[in-house]
Amino acid sequence: MDAAWGYGFLGGLMIGSAAAIYLLVNGRIMGASGIVGELVDRSGRETAAERLVFLAALIGVPWAIAAAAGGAETHLTGNWAVIVAAGLLVGLGTRLANGCTSGHGVCGISRLSPRGIVATVLYVLAGGVTMAFCRHWLGGI
Amino acid sequence: MRLVFAALAGAIFGAGLLVSGMTDTVKVQGWLDVFGDWDPTLAFVMGGAILPMALAWRVAARRERQGAGPVLGGAYPARSTLGITRDLAIGSVLFGMGWALAGLCPGPAMASLGYGGAGGLVFLLAMVAGMVVAPAVRARLRAGTAG
Repeated sequence: MDAAWGYGFLGGLMIGSAAAIYLLVNGRIMGASGIVGELVDRSGRETAAERLVFLAALIGVPWAIAAAAGGAETHLTGNWAVIVAAGLLVGLGTRLANGCTSGHGVCGISRLSPRGIVATVLYVLAGGVTMAFCRHWLGGI
Repeated sequence: MRLVFAALAGAIFGAGLLVSGMTDTVKVQGWLDVFGDWDPTLAFVMGGAILPMALAWRVAARRERQGAGPVLGGAYPARSTLGITRDLAIGSVLFGMGWALAGLCPGPAMASLGYGGAGGLVFLLAMVAGMVVAPAVRARLRAGTAG
């Protein structure tokens, strides 16, 4: 048993509670890629205020907590090519698939949605294969 | 009121991502690194998140049977009728590849923007660029299927 697992579970309960509030009160799916993506493609124009307020809190609150706690570390790679390629793939992929870890993962699996379950299996598998290939075959990332 | 609860959900989501360690790319990459020093934390996060949400879907279904919708009005999100499409499969595979390369998915990418430095900002801009080109790629995939 690792303390990080306990923090993981606690943080997970918070993430799920946030999604439950967004569903039961606002009637919406708390999917990060959809909330941003439908602002980007402007299909979410009519609910733009709700999305922007959500995003402001999503960015601002962890920022404030991290600042109060003396900083947090993301350990993101310093390789700019990898950062840009990864960002492009995440943005393109989540819009094609209509969801990411929060939408398909948290909200989809808990609804026993076949699309959410298939998407989650595929992105975890693709992530695992990519990691094995890059880290253990190429020796990088 | 909608804005208040949207802010509340965003705040709890962001705090949860930070507390769970999911804005630390080492933990996410550790979960995907099955052949290395595997880190199971993400499974605890996912399990913890699915519990309240599974309950929420049950509450929503019960309220719907009683003719009630979400607290602030409107309707609950309908189930997608799309089924398992090629776009879903291709998109999920591309997303998984990018997720592994950087260790960030859309939620944590935004939650860590305040302390993620220049790299975090560049990732987010590249992600938005990927979202901008997505409709064109989707159209090409459709055209490819037809031809």
